[in-house]
Amino acid sequence: MSALDSQLHTNGDFHARLRTRATRAFRSRKEEKRYWLLLSALLGLGLLASLGLLLYNNPVPVDSPSFIPVVERRLVAIIAMLIAALCHSFATVAFHSVTNNRIITPSLLGYEALYSAIHTSTLFFFGAGALVRFTGIGSFVLQVALMIVMSLILYGWLLSGKYGNLHLMLLIGIIIGAGLNSVSGFMRRLLAPSEFDLLQSRLIGSVTNANAEYFPIAIPLVIITVLCLFFFSKKLNVLSLGKDVATSFGVKYQASIIFTLVLIAVLMSVSTSLLGPLTFFGFLVAILSYQAAPTYDHRYVFPMAFAVGFSILTSAYFLLYHVLQAQTVVSVVIELFGGILFLIVILRKRSL
Amino acid sequence: MVSKSAIAEVESPSQPQFSKHQKIWTIPFILAILSVVILGIISLFTGVYDIRGQEDGWNMFFITRVPRTVALMLTGAAMAMTGLIMQLMSQNKMVEPTTIGTTEWAGLGLLAVYLLFPGPTLVLRMTGAILFSFAGTMIFFFFLRRVKLRSSLIVPIIGLMLGAVISAFSTFTALFFNMSQVVESWFVGSFAAVQIGRYEYLWIIVIVTILIFMYANRLTLAGLGEDIATTLGVNYNRLILLANALVAVAVGVVAAVIGNIPFLGLIVPNIVSMLRGDDLRSNLPWVCVMGMGTITLCDILSRVIIMPFEVPVSLILGTIGAVVFILILLRQRKSRRLR
Repeated sequence: MSALDSQLHTNGDFHARLRTRATRAFRSRKEEKRYWLLLSALLGLGLLASLGLLLYNNPVPVDSPSFIPVVERRLVAIIAMLIAALCHSFATVAFHSVTNNRIITPSLLGYEALYSAIHTSTLFFFGAGALVRFTGIGSFVLQVALMIVMSLILYGWLLSGKYGNLHLMLLIGIIIGAGLNSVSGFMRRLLAPSEFDLLQSRLIGSVTNANAEYFPIAIPLVIITVLCLFFFSKKLNVLSLGKDVATSFGVKYQASIIFTLVLIAVLMSVSTSLLGPLTFFGFLVAILSYQAAPTYDHRYVFPMAFAVGFSILTSAYFLLYHVLQAQTVVSVVIELFGGILFLIVILRKRSL
Repeated sequence: MVSKSAIAEVESPSQPQFSKHQKIWTIPFILAILSVVILGIISLFTGVYDIRGQEDGWNMFFITRVPRTVALMLTGAAMAMTGLIMQLMSQNKMVEPTTIGTTEWAGLGLLAVYLLFPGPTLVLRMTGAILFSFAGTMIFFFFLRRVKLRSSLIVPIIGLMLGAVISAFSTFTALFFNMSQVVESWFVGSFAAVQIGRYEYLWIIVIVTILIFMYANRLTLAGLGEDIATTLGVNYNRLILLANALVAVAVGVVAAVIGNIPFLGLIVPNIVSMLRGDDLRSNLPWVCVMGMGTITLCDILSRVIIMPFEVPVSLILGTIGAVVFILILLRQRKSRRLR
């Protein structure tokens, strides 16, 4: 690459200009400007909404000694939203690039099925008391480890070797999820309605599920993984061109794909075991951020996806908590919008 | 896809000669029917209630056991055949009511009926399920015809995602109107509640079956794709509409009366076509019989596995079906490797 660069340099001004044009991630300065404007606007919206969530409608006055504890309690929810936004945005965008397909979400790979299977079987075999107690750091680590191990087995089995097939791996992941779901669906049927309600609140994604105890493990894990993905951006740019192109650019296709998928697995399992299942949130975020960031460079797409995710989560929670007074349905509403967007996108697609 | 399957027909050494295909009443088929009859008899005499010992035993026999066995046979045939028809129409072996969201649409239809009419009758529920599953299947076929596909495996992936969208929508509606457990219990299909007076609508399936047999030849032609079918004198669009209507009726009736029966339409036709090749006309009876046998076997299992209680049959089918589906996929992967 550098040899080529220096050759271009010696070929005079025209080529130098060509080189600078070729390395820019955006088609025009206008688009670049628009990108930065949108990014800062979205981050601002997210910050505003999270400030609103922290301070608005606080039952105690600012000078009271219990003001800080209230804010702290609300801060936990904000941090959970940050983690969710980071996990889902990075995981989905990377997944889209790696699978070379912008309408699949990694959450279909059975993490949610495993999550609900773990919780349902805890309730089923050990009773309601056990489910309520099933919350410490140990259970969190156990869940994350189980999910990562499952996806490692899946990838190692179906993606390695000469004939690894990504689509086959996806389909088998989904089918395993369906099988697990039918097992936990059956167990749920044998539950008493009160136990069912208890489980229901666990199985629907919500930041109120988040437990601050997990943060010391979850936050470093997520930050490290996200940084890994971010610094892997250049490879991802190439990988998103497809297997053949990536291979001829000298990228180790199989190894890079498995590396990315493992990072995705870590993100998805942390998010799922921290907040519960959120199937279409990542999809919603990724599609919106492709619209907002007209570039293929992941170094720009990732921050935009995060900003979109964070602002959607915080403003949705703010609106539904404080304006519409509907607290339980936030994630369901986000899912609904994601699902509708999915329908629109696939009906407009020409090829897959 | 067409050319691939045509090549497979020529290449595959296990493919029987065409002349053998025409004959339906072969010895293996008669054996298959016999084993289904035996399974049916076992199903008639499996259960907690002691039929021969109790005074009203034979009454009970006709109130619950006979309807249950009949319902099993009808449902098995219906789900297996709808799977076959859908696979033919979409030219994709991985398509069936569960993998393209038809069952989720039927569930949404049931929910809509529950919301619009408090305490709906069975006819109403059935109509809702049929209408919604028809719309859902049509949407998917419309989508399939519009897009160019890079891999045939992408179809079930998109279909399952579509199903997830629809069920997210159902969950939202159910949560909003406090009906989660209706949805939840619907998604677990079971024959436990079948008794006289509660299953008779399943007989509609017989009409659907007769229609499918009548149209078998034309459906086979339609399975060759729009261009070839039109050249051969088939009104393709009308046939697709008819096939989808038949599928929707079968799925809707089963959804309203029994519930969700996953994967049956996928594993039975695939196993039959592995054993016999792809000839709809002579495979249809096989698919019917194998569907009946599979679901009856699963239901007998579901009744004895935790006696005196019952496991919903959809759990057993869901688990076994998932395993068989994965095995079919892996088998395909191997054959792809050889080429």
